[in-house]
Parts: sequence; C-alpha cells; structure tokens
Amino acid sequence: MAVQSERSASVDALVIGAGPAGLAAATRLKRLGLARVIVIDRELEAGGVPRHCGHSPFGMREFGRVLTGPAYARRLTDAARGAGVELMLGNTVVAIDTAESLVATCTSSEGIVRIAAKRIILATGVRETPRAARLVSGDRPLGVLNTGALQGYAYLQHLAPFRRPVIVGTELVSLSSLLTCRKIGARPVAMIEERSGPTTRRLFMGLPRLLGVPVFYGTRITDIRGAQRVEAVTLSGADGKRQDIECDGVLFTGRFTPDAPLARAAGLDIDSRTGGPTIDQFARTSEPRIFAAGNVLHPVETAGWSWREAVRVADFVAADLAGWLPSPDNAITLTPGDGVRYVVPQRIVRGPGGLSHIQLRATGDVSGALVAHSKGQRLRTQPMTSGPERRILAPLDAFRQADSDITFSFDNRRSTASRSDATCV
Amino acid sequence: MSIADVAIVGAGVVGCAMARRFALEGAKVVLLERGADLLSGASKANSAILHTGFDAPPGSVELSCMQAGYAEYQAIRESFNLPLLETGAMVVAWSDAEKAALDGIEAQARANGVHDVRRLTASEIRAREPQLSPRALEALLVPGEHVIDPWSPFLAYLLQAKAHGAEIRFATEVISGSFDGDIWTLQTSTGEQRARTVINCAGLFGDRLDARLLGAASFQIRPRKGQFVVFDKAAAALLRTIVLPVPSERTKGVVLTRTAFGNLLVGPTAEEQQDRERANVVDDTLRGLIARAVEMVPALADAGVTAVYAGLRPATEEKHYRISTHPDRNWITVGGIRSTGMTASLGIAQHIYKLYEEMGHRHVPVAEPATARVPNLAEHEPRDWQSAGYGEIVCHCEMVTLREIEQALSGPLPPGNFGGLRRRTRCGMGRCQGFYCNARLAQLTAGHFASPLAVGDAA
Repeated sequence: MAVQSERSASVDALVIGAGPAGLAAATRLKRLGLARVIVIDRELEAGGVPRHCGHSPFGMREFGRVLTGPAYARRLTDAARGAGVELMLGNTVVAIDTAESLVATCTSSEGIVRIAAKRIILATGVRETPRAARLVSGDRPLGVLNTGALQGYAYLQHLAPFRRPVIVGTELVSLSSLLTCRKIGARPVAMIEERSGPTTRRLFMGLPRLLGVPVFYGTRITDIRGAQRVEAVTLSGADGKRQDIECDGVLFTGRFTPDAPLARAAGLDIDSRTGGPTIDQFARTSEPRIFAAGNVLHPVETAGWSWREAVRVADFVAADLAGWLPSPDNAITLTPGDGVRYVVPQRIVRGPGGLSHIQLRATGDVSGALVAHSKGQRLRTQPMTSGPERRILAPLDAFRQADSDITFSFDNRRSTASRSDATCV
Repeated sequence: MSIADVAIVGAGVVGCAMARRFALEGAKVVLLERGADLLSGASKANSAILHTGFDAPPGSVELSCMQAGYAEYQAIRESFNLPLLETGAMVVAWSDAEKAALDGIEAQARANGVHDVRRLTASEIRAREPQLSPRALEALLVPGEHVIDPWSPFLAYLLQAKAHGAEIRFATEVISGSFDGDIWTLQTSTGEQRARTVINCAGLFGDRLDARLLGAASFQIRPRKGQFVVFDKAAAALLRTIVLPVPSERTKGVVLTRTAFGNLLVGPTAEEQQDRERANVVDDTLRGLIARAVEMVPALADAGVTAVYAGLRPATEEKHYRISTHPDRNWITVGGIRSTGMTASLGIAQHIYKLYEEMGHRHVPVAEPATARVPNLAEHEPRDWQSAGYGEIVCHCEMVTLREIEQALSGPLPPGNFGGLRRRTRCGMGRCQGFYCNARLAQLTAGHFASPLAVGDAA
C-alpha cells in the first residue's frame, strides 16, 4: 500500500473507522474536492458492523434499495474507492497527538506510520456491553458472548459457539440474534428482559413467538453455572421466583456503548451518558480539529442514520477547512435531566448551520412532555410518548438563541402548552 | 517406564517454581497437573503484587520464603524477559483506629528487614496521589512493593525446567499411590508414574492428596474465595502507588492496584467456603468492591469495568504455611500457601530443595541454565505489535497479534485451554471481552483444546 512505504503521510482529512459513518464521511469529503482523504480501519476489510449482519434491510436511505449487510458494506466501500478515498486497512490508530499539528500514530504488520492530518473524524462505532461489565453473577465458562461475536462465528467463521443459548435483552439486535442463531442451527431456550416489557417495539416481539422462543419479562440472570462450558442459568423474576434453565450458552445482546478508547487517549472530553466524545452542533469535539460521527456519538443508531449524519459532518469539516465555521468558544451546554439518558450534541455555539436536530434518548418508557429548561425558565415543551432505545429528535433551531445552559427532562404531566414538532421515530 | 527423581503434584505457582528449582539442581523431574494447563487452580487469580514481606509474621518460614522469592525474581527476571512495574505501596489509614495501628506495622516492617518504609502525612499522600480520597489520614509507604505479570513467570519457569528435561503432564490427576520403601508408584488419570520422591504442591487439594497417599493429612484446606474487579485502562492513570488497607487478623484486605497490563484492579474479598472447585462471582459483592474502590479514588465512579473474576486461596485452619517432610516416606508436603505464594514461590522452591537435600538426596546442578524468554505482556514494556511482521492484530483491546497467538499455540508448552491462551497472550481479556476477537480465536484455536470455543460448524 502506498502509505505504508511512506512511513509518514500528510492528508487533508483522516477518517478513523471504515463503517457506514466513516465511509460516508470520506466519500463526501472527496466529492467536496479535498485532495487527500484516508480512511483507516483496524479490520482487514472495510464496511464495519454490517459486514457480518447477514440480514436485511440496509441501504434504503443511501441506495434506495434493500440490501443485506455484507452487500451494503461492499456498496459503501466501492463508493468510497470510486470517489478516490484511500483505504488503509489492517491498521490500528494507537495515538493521536494534538500538541501542535494533528498526528495519528498507526500500526500495521508493516510497521508504524505517522499521519499528519488537517482534520480527523472519529467514526469508531459501538460495541455491546459484555457480561463482565454487567456484573452478572456466576461461573465464567465458555459459551458466554455478545451478538457481535456470535455474528463473527456465523458469518465470518461459519462456526457455532452454542446450540441452546439463553438470550438476554429485547433490543432490535436481540431479535437479529434470533435470526443468526437460526443460521448456525442453534435453538434459543429463552429470551429474557429485565424491564417489564420489551425494549424494542412490542410489534417486533412476534419474531420470538414465531420461532417458539419463550420470552420472560421482569427477569434477569442471577447465576451462570458451568465448569468448562455453560451448563445452566438461574433466572429470577421481579416477584422473586427463581427457575433453573439448562442451556449451553448465554448471549448478552445490546446495551451498546461507544468504542471510544482512542477519544479518551487523545484527551477528548467524554460524555459519561453516551460514553463517547462530546460535540457541538458541527460535530467538533473538545479538540476542534477532531470531529466525530456515527455511533461513537450515540449508542445506538441504524447504519442509515449514521451514514446520513456522517455526510453532514463531512460538510462541516470541509466548511471548517475553508474557515467558515464559527468559533467553538463560548458554547452553551445541553444536559440530560430527569427521564433523559443523553443529549447529543452536548454544546451549541453561536452561529448558523450545523446538525438540524438534537438527538435524545429516554431512560425508559415515558409519556408526557419533553421539557427544555434554561435558567429556571421553560424554553420549550414537546408532548410525546417514547420508550427506551427510541430515537427522539428536537429541532436545533429552537435553541439557537438560548444564552445559557439548557437541561432536557421528561415531565409526565401531559402538557398542551406548546406545539409539537418533536419527532419520535 | 523410567523413574523420576521427584514427582511434583500441582502446576500452580509453587509447583512451577519447584519444577524449575529441582531441574536446575539436576533432578529428573515430572510435574503432574490435574488441570488442562498450568495455573489452573488457586494460582490463576491473585492480585499480582510482588511483596516485600513487610507485614509477614517475623521469623516465619513464610517471611524468609517471600524475601528469598522476591530477591530471586529480581535477579532472574531480565533473563526471562519478565516485567516489573515499580509502584511502591502505601498502607493507608482511613480512620483514627487504623492510624494508631500504623506504628505497629512500621515496627514490624523494620523487624522484618524492610528498612526503607516511611510515614506519609495526609498532605504528602495528596502530593503523591492527587486522586486518592482526602479521607486518607496517614500512610506507611513501602517503596519495594511492586506489580508483576502473575502468569508469565510460571510459564517461563516451566519452559526452563522442560529445557532441562522435566516432563510436564497436564490433565493428569493423581488418584492413588504406593510406596515400596524406595520408590513411589503413582496411579494417575493418564497412567502410572514412578518417582523416588513426591512433592505435594496440590494447593486446594493438598490435604486430600496427603490423606489419600500418606493415610492422613496434617492440615485441612479451608478454601477462601476472593473476588476482583478490573477497571478499564483509562482508570490506571488515576493511581501510581498500590493502596493497601490496614490488615485484619484474617486477611490482607481489599487492595487497589495497577496491573502490569495497564488496568486498575480492586480486590480480593475473603469469603470462607466449603467448595474447592467453584469460584463464582456475585453481583452484589462486585458492586461492593466497586463502591470500596470509589471510596478510595472517587474518580473511579466514571470508570468502566473491563473484567471480573474470582479465585480460591488454599487457606487452612492456621495462618502459616503448612510445610512438612516425611523422610521415611520420601514425601514433602507444601500446603497452605496462601496469598503470598506468588511472591514466595521461588523462595519456597529453594527452601524445599534444602529440605530435600537434608533428606539425603544429591544431584549435580546444571552448569549452564537454559534461557527461557517469554513474550512481554506488560503495557510499560515493548509489546509484539510494536515490531513489524506481526500479521494482524487479533485482539484490539489488548493489542494481541496473530504472531503472538500462533507462537503460543505452537510453542514448547502450548496452552491446554482457552484460559491458558488468554494468560499467555491476553487475547480476549480487554474491555470488549471478545466482542471482536472471540470468533476469530475460535477459528485459530480449532483442534487445540479439549474444550474448544466452538461447539461445531454452523449447521
């Protein structure tokens, strides 16, 4: 690869992560006329998570047709190559130096390369929360994994890590895992959910019913047993009832968290709510030459959403290189209050443009109104009903004129005081 | 079948150091381990601190073994490519009662020959550890306490022992045995093994082995479970020095320490139990450990959890090591080696070899010990990914290369299970716990383990 022989390189934009967001941003940057754009990814193949999502639908927003994950990943990669983006695969960024010019240190089997970049876009994506970080009791045998690993077994290695797993979670990815189980010939023995109802829409819970997988709500795993491999789990209901279920695996699905160690190592300000870097409405992190796009900002969105967002972020990067973005200083902060899990962006600066919407997540099922407060005053009230892991949007324009920090919270008294143009998708 | 000079039962920290010592002294060694790999029992879970012995019982065998083990580790570690993370430790007093206990601890340290200890005032503590809670009243600094890789040394010792002819038999449990006045004939799960002398390093099963083969055990194992929580690497920047509590009569207490791998670790608990096999983690206990860590370093409230684990320490009904020789039976028991065993292991091996000589045995020591360098896994020393030609990075969280994994699998002492591969390379031990690499590792390790990662092909 050209860059490898250089040992150092200089680019207009370096995009870290070749998933849907990273490829979209890089492609856009080339089309906007940037001379040299590199996308770097630690995997040997570009495309990110969709590469091992063998199911549909992908690509409606981007290509106007329904594709499987791998086909979608190939389309995105081809588009980037066609636009003149350089792909550096099998390369891991181990450090970003921000002291003077931005320099990313990368390693591959061929050695260390240093890339000086005028701007960097972090698009490092998300991963699921593993069993350890969930502090689940029990032994630590083989057969306990996340959906990401299961997809690797099924679609990349054509292997099966278990035959009769218990599935933990009822997010969209949990349902996708049911299909992946089918692909490897595994028959889940149960699907369990700590909440009293599904995390995803009730409508989608027809899938486990169709596949004959019993679903237990208000239930969690309180013991995993197995000397070598999982042999059984104990399920405990909210009513205190316990039951032992024989199984040979436990699949912990969802509870996505940004893969942001690089952002931390670069010293960027991290939002403890999202787990990713904080940004302003131009997707600038606390180091304004480093931008961020996609799921590293907001666990978790669809590939299509991340793609669209990243195209916008590329526009902001190009505008910044042209000197058109307003100063990142004197921002007001947006913070989550009662019932709100996170708010992105976390800062708004004075000036036109930027992301069109503020993205929020509720902590659970909420109904009533999303209220924005500033200095004790209600800025805005948006009646809505929402649930966990549902996209909530509020128009950014409504908050541009605010002159002090804003808190978003859910007020469960239904309000009719204000028009509703919040979108709950 | 050939007759070994010594059969060492158990490939924990003590058995591995023992195999090396006896092989270097010229004995023909066979090492019998019931687990699929070394460090399968008590030894796989510890806090990885190389102790000075400052708080060990004065005049005890434990103290002399710890100090001899400490010195030998320092002397040989570079030749094996073994790391040392120089941290020092502080025994921190969080209450007036604990503050009052520091005088006694300091006096004991000096009595134990650890003369470089010194007291730190609250403001000196703050200057050294700005993230430590201001509730720390006073501390005793023990500059010589350090952190090591708790697994690689023992692999290195076995590799050296093997280079000098030691035979290492994993997945081999000693079931029974008979002594004819000269030679032991051991019946194992993988066949017969004859040896002139048996050294019982069977850890959690040491009393049972004595009972089974000698007819009686002079001690009783009372397993003590320790649970640990490993914080994400970002948290390691919050602390330089090991934070030790003022110990109680029973246990050294909950420690907060960096690891050689660049994480921060809190633990262990000390929970008495009957079961010798099961070391399960318990959610409420883990939450309690995290709360304890946050009390000590408040900024840990925002730190992610990378891993949790639990292990069993082979405590007995008494606190001291239970070492005994049975010259009429050609038998040596090394029992009750509790939490100080990792530090003391090399010293215990020296001590036992002396006892063995006193029983009348003599060998010709090897003239030139073989080198047995192991891959460095410590974060503060160069890792494999920093030199070209590594193929690919398989585990991104811990930056484990394909070259490292292939070398571990094809080396002279390949891992017998996935845990063994993890301990040799750190693959899958990072924050994502295999989200990215588990499937690839299943493919790379296919055919290597009795308990494979994959149960079969995708149907």
